[in-house]
Amino acid sequence: MAWLEVVAEKCVGCGACIKACLYDALALEDKLAVVKENCTLCGACLDSCPFEALVMRKTEPPAQVAESYKGVMVVAEQKRGQLQSVSYELLGVGRRLAEDTESSLSAVLIGDGVDSQAQRLIAYGADRVFVAQSGTLGLYNDESYAAVLTRVIREQKPEIVIAGATCIGRALIPRVAVQLQTGLTADCTGLDIQEETGYLVQTRPAFGGNIMAMILCTRARPQMATVRHKVMKALAPDENRKGEIIRVALDEKELATRTTVLKSVEEAADTIPITEADIIVSGGRGMGSTGKFSVLFELAKALGGAVGSSRSAVDAGWVPYAYQVGQTGKTVQPKLYIACGISGAIQHLVGMQSSDVIIAINKDPEAPIFKVATYGLVGDLFEIIPRLTQEIKSRKMQ
Amino acid sequence: MNIIVCIKQVPDTTSVRIDPETRTLVREGVPSIINPFDMFAIEEGIRLKEKHGGKVIVLTLGPPQAEDALREAISLGADEAIHLCDVAFKGSDTLATSFALSAGIRKIGAFDLIICGKQASDGDTAQVGPGIAVQLNIPQIIFVRRIEEIQEGAIVVERISEEGFDVVRSALPALISVVKEINQPRLPSLKGKMKAKKAEITKWGIAEIGVDPGRVGLDGSPTWVEKIFSPPEREAHEPWHGEPDDLVKKLADELEKAKII
Repeated sequence: MAWLEVVAEKCVGCGACIKACLYDALALEDKLAVVKENCTLCGACLDSCPFEALVMRKTEPPAQVAESYKGVMVVAEQKRGQLQSVSYELLGVGRRLAEDTESSLSAVLIGDGVDSQAQRLIAYGADRVFVAQSGTLGLYNDESYAAVLTRVIREQKPEIVIAGATCIGRALIPRVAVQLQTGLTADCTGLDIQEETGYLVQTRPAFGGNIMAMILCTRARPQMATVRHKVMKALAPDENRKGEIIRVALDEKELATRTTVLKSVEEAADTIPITEADIIVSGGRGMGSTGKFSVLFELAKALGGAVGSSRSAVDAGWVPYAYQVGQTGKTVQPKLYIACGISGAIQHLVGMQSSDVIIAINKDPEAPIFKVATYGLVGDLFEIIPRLTQEIKSRKMQ
Repeated sequence: MNIIVCIKQVPDTTSVRIDPETRTLVREGVPSIINPFDMFAIEEGIRLKEKHGGKVIVLTLGPPQAEDALREAISLGADEAIHLCDVAFKGSDTLATSFALSAGIRKIGAFDLIICGKQASDGDTAQVGPGIAVQLNIPQIIFVRRIEEIQEGAIVVERISEEGFDVVRSALPALISVVKEINQPRLPSLKGKMKAKKAEITKWGIAEIGVDPGRVGLDGSPTWVEKIFSPPEREAHEPWHGEPDDLVKKLADELEKAKII
């Protein structure tokens, strides 16, 4: 059982917690906060109380975690036989976690003809690489990949397993976590080891980035997390680094699957996808038409970035859905985000407000986008962007 | 064909506002809505029913007020609604939630397709769909943007990837999760609204779906929310006004200083 308790001696009836509740599950009765039956135990109110009068209680069986689980394991991602950059970022954070837990770092690589890639995983920090190769494992498959990965984890018993929060990672890892009956935290932006307990502290945004949550997996092993792409840093590769490559024997039964990829199509190949970009130039309603997006493509090219958009530009048919940043599109966290003619509706902000630097260009000085912009420029984007492209090109030449 | 659509009632995060004085998030009075991604799942279910016949059953797990979300789904065209509602479910993480939902689906019986939204806008995990597929031992296709065809016990869809899309065929029964691109959800009809008002909502607790209380709620959840905090505030400057040439020079200087260019 678990419940939210109001400590009557501490509660002063200020109502701060009521404002913090998303579910309207707290009320005041006789100057004391009371918890209503529709409380979901989400915990969003805990921090809101200045008097520490709210406490989450639970009767929990003592944590029974097998001691035998040890080490950090990274799930490497490959497409068409090439490692995806998120794999290097995972090794970067995995290395740190392995050092903090005084253990080693392993990687699992599933694919076909990926031998040379296994060596690269070692160069980027892995001590051991488990390679599962088969002609049928060349393209990602939910069932066979999950079966192989689940078995490797069962055999190796790592204490921590991390994977990319990519299209593949977010389909594959939940399957594996359920098969292992363990916890999984999605789309983490921070991973650390708690000093006192040795638990993995998994930090992630929730409610569209409006709040951050710190999550622990105390009662099952391994502790599993998917990690947002572009947040963690890869280490510089060391080609002389030594490691062990271990072949995973495969069982025919594991490779059996009820789904087949008939073809894999790359779209918008003239630009990098927004999830891969360090710099994104985005256009919104202020763009006016498909053709006018060309000024953004030119700026993106000069900066070596990608082009994104707000929902209104997608709904107007100016750019494809793959470009959309925001609540019903993609969440991005580039080093630089340039919002052009985007007013900054909250649906858009939740998809980009964690970017390192935000530049907003808008005619309307009152546009909400300026509230999150590191640099805001009030003016006509069609006058400003071409000049900016020119300026960047000439400064790069110098 | 029998279609089960899993939905979640969520707080409308887009109406969360910032208190101008204290600069803290004001979450009070935030309305509850059907998770935006689930609207596409409901719509796709109804379209499939219109094309292939059969029925659409909407399923949710949540507190008593989640019934409103089920009624809204009926107003849009769903045929039946089932509400997994029990205090024992409180605090369920994605493992416990997918376990309970899959137990509910087993009690429903035969089905051809389960449709989920890509993810819920409050938790943003996208983990419950795959969790249900595993617990029911059916194949899954995650992040579907188009259904090409359904015939002879198989479904062919387009699934989005970082670079574009994959065309994937799966045997039925299966579970798919859908993205916004798949359709444009309809608005409820007057007739639908009348039907929703009168509709009987089936309520099942842990006894009805036959699950051990230790497998759901906080007890059945391996993950634990240790702490919730507000994200660090962004450093925002006053926007600049002026001639385009001056603005561009000033910006380029700043970017150079910050080593971005």
